[in-house]
Amino acid sequence: MNINAKNVDYKDLNEEIRNVQGDCTVSECLGQRFMAAGMSDKTITVTGIPGNALGAYLNGAVIEVMGNAQDAVGDTMNDGEIIIHGNIGDAAGYAMRGGKIFVKGNAGYRAGIHMKAYKEKKPCIVIGGKAGSFLGEYQAGGTIIVLGLCDDTGSDIVGNYPSTGMHGGKMYLRSDCKNIEFPGQVSVKKATAEDLKEIEEDIIKFCEHFECDVNEILNSEFTIVTPDSKNPYKQMYVAN
Amino acid sequence: MSVEFIYPEFEVVRNKDRCIACRVCERQCANEVHKYDKDRGVLISDESKCVDCQRCVSLCPTRALKIIKSDCTLKENANWKNDTIKEIYKQANSGGVLLSSMGNPNPLPVYWDKILINASQVTNPPIDPLREPMETRVFLGKKNEKVTRDENGNLKCKLPPQIELSMPVMFSAMSYGSISYNAHESLARAATELGILYNTGEGGLHEDFYCYGENTIVQVASGRFGVHKDYLEAGRAVEIKMGQGAKPGIGGHLPGTKIVGDVSRTRMIPEGSDAISPAPHHDIYSIEDLRQLVFSLKEATEYKKPVIVKVAAVHNIAAIASGIARSGADIIAIDGFRGGTGAAPTRIRDNVGIPIELALASVDQRLRDEGIRNNVSLVVGGSIRSASDVVKAIALGADACYVATAALLALGCHLCRTCQTGKCNWGIATQRPDLVKRLNPNVGSERLVRLMTAWKHEIKELMGGMGINSIEALRGNRLMLRGVGLNTRELAILGISHAGE
Repeated sequence: MNINAKNVDYKDLNEEIRNVQGDCTVSECLGQRFMAAGMSDKTITVTGIPGNALGAYLNGAVIEVMGNAQDAVGDTMNDGEIIIHGNIGDAAGYAMRGGKIFVKGNAGYRAGIHMKAYKEKKPCIVIGGKAGSFLGEYQAGGTIIVLGLCDDTGSDIVGNYPSTGMHGGKMYLRSDCKNIEFPGQVSVKKATAEDLKEIEEDIIKFCEHFECDVNEILNSEFTIVTPDSKNPYKQMYVAN
Repeated sequence: MSVEFIYPEFEVVRNKDRCIACRVCERQCANEVHKYDKDRGVLISDESKCVDCQRCVSLCPTRALKIIKSDCTLKENANWKNDTIKEIYKQANSGGVLLSSMGNPNPLPVYWDKILINASQVTNPPIDPLREPMETRVFLGKKNEKVTRDENGNLKCKLPPQIELSMPVMFSAMSYGSISYNAHESLARAATELGILYNTGEGGLHEDFYCYGENTIVQVASGRFGVHKDYLEAGRAVEIKMGQGAKPGIGGHLPGTKIVGDVSRTRMIPEGSDAISPAPHHDIYSIEDLRQLVFSLKEATEYKKPVIVKVAAVHNIAAIASGIARSGADIIAIDGFRGGTGAAPTRIRDNVGIPIELALASVDQRLRDEGIRNNVSLVVGGSIRSASDVVKAIALGADACYVATAALLALGCHLCRTCQTGKCNWGIATQRPDLVKRLNPNVGSERLVRLMTAWKHEIKELMGGMGINSIEALRGNRLMLRGVGLNTRELAILGISHAGE
């Protein structure tokens, strides 16, 4: 079923999407916020540009956007998949606790802040292009992957202050990261074949979505960032 | 002794004539103050570990124990007090930030104690709550601006979602993790029985407590711990925590030692990992951004749950509240600077924020002046200690109050203010199974119900004395209040006259 979003308010649009039985497409989307918030049971294909907080609290639904998306994609997402065939704005995957986000292009500032994980629930964000500053700040779990594909600017793969306050999870950057300054509480190493094995499945999925060459990606140099301590603030306090 | 030595704060006094060496004190003290000396057949104590939680005193079968404040004193003066000097030593010893628990202990003004309540005499006679009905129910949520009718003259009753409370009090946010499973169960069950709400705090909701959802406020804080669709739907209302009175402007760290078992699962972070709540919500930098979070929560819950925005009482609180009232929030919760905490940096707890009384009065006035008071309900916390504090808060303009410290006291807390150690001997602020089981939820919830039932009677009596038979008629009724010993500026902010006027 197709829902035409032209001149439809976000509240009405979401109600329509909620009421659809089975999968649907949403066309002529123009900035409607909170699309598919908390939804669990369908695949939604979007043309046009969805507004902020696309798929917030997403609970198992699949959203595929054929172009760009704005800020706060997958905010506090719990399960499901968001596929963006373009770029995304700031604060994608904030406090994400499950599911996967695939972005073909670039991500803005503060992607993957405070991502979590618990046992089988391991969220993952794959960014095909580059990421802005504060990537993975306070990261507590899950996997953030930045591939730096289609580079025509020569800029670094990630902006300033990546992984500040990181205390869990892993970050993979397809770069030697020699110009990037990391904070003291993380360890920054060249990823081994074993490390890459862990993300192989996600890379394969990314390549299926966006038609890229898996081997070309996996055969390049990756830097892996992991926290040194699960308790980065432990020593700062004295009982009073 | 070395330069690092700090003389213990308390002394354990054991009456040898009464002590029967039953070793209860030894078993009860998680701080390991008491120890049995086998050779001599007596109990000895290491008072340097004592936090004065009174557990041993309360359980000693022969009343052989008491804890007293040590009179070993430094040469203090009005500027350099004992505590001030010791804090310097602690920091010179460790290099650490001072960390404290519970509310601001400093002798800053408690305005509740400088406000007096009116009573009727001769005209407008008082009402006896024992023989006449008194309405203590309140409804929290956005109210319509005016009464509207359809073409047949019938009232249009469509209201945004409301919370009904049997009395204007709720248990405020304390996370599972900062307090124990049994403490949460006690609060949840008491709230259900009382027809009020308790608040999960930011640590998520244990699956065993989903059944109390109708009496639960689920909180969304910057760390977003345990936040997912089912959680949001489980609660009666959703609270966005922007700030906390005990530590405005900073986030929270629940140490990894408390992230064990179910706490870890409920928060969705691995065992032993610190739970870090960043100071800001990283997606909120403006009222517009706040509006976005408010409406994303409303969308996710299909507009069935009121959204509360909780902020700390700080200098420009009236302007902040005005912004929140326009953000789409249904309820504003304001937490004053005496509010409690499981752990906060001492300097922040003791020096940041403003008293809730002044914050409440200025917010209520500002929202009235701007004609948006009905957009939101106001809930205030930050050391509401008694029924009279509640009545004064309502008369200053609050719709309801949040209490937490008083609730913990009912559960057995003795305000030793060392929650941050995780070794609470009363089974409240701990995750150690042997300690948690000391708090029986049957007893805990009963004690909470008794406390609140008593407060409800007192609220009715105070209202009746004023000749008021409904909370609605008390709200914002500042004529019922008078100040004592307050200067004109304070009286002006509180919007009350001085006693005798």
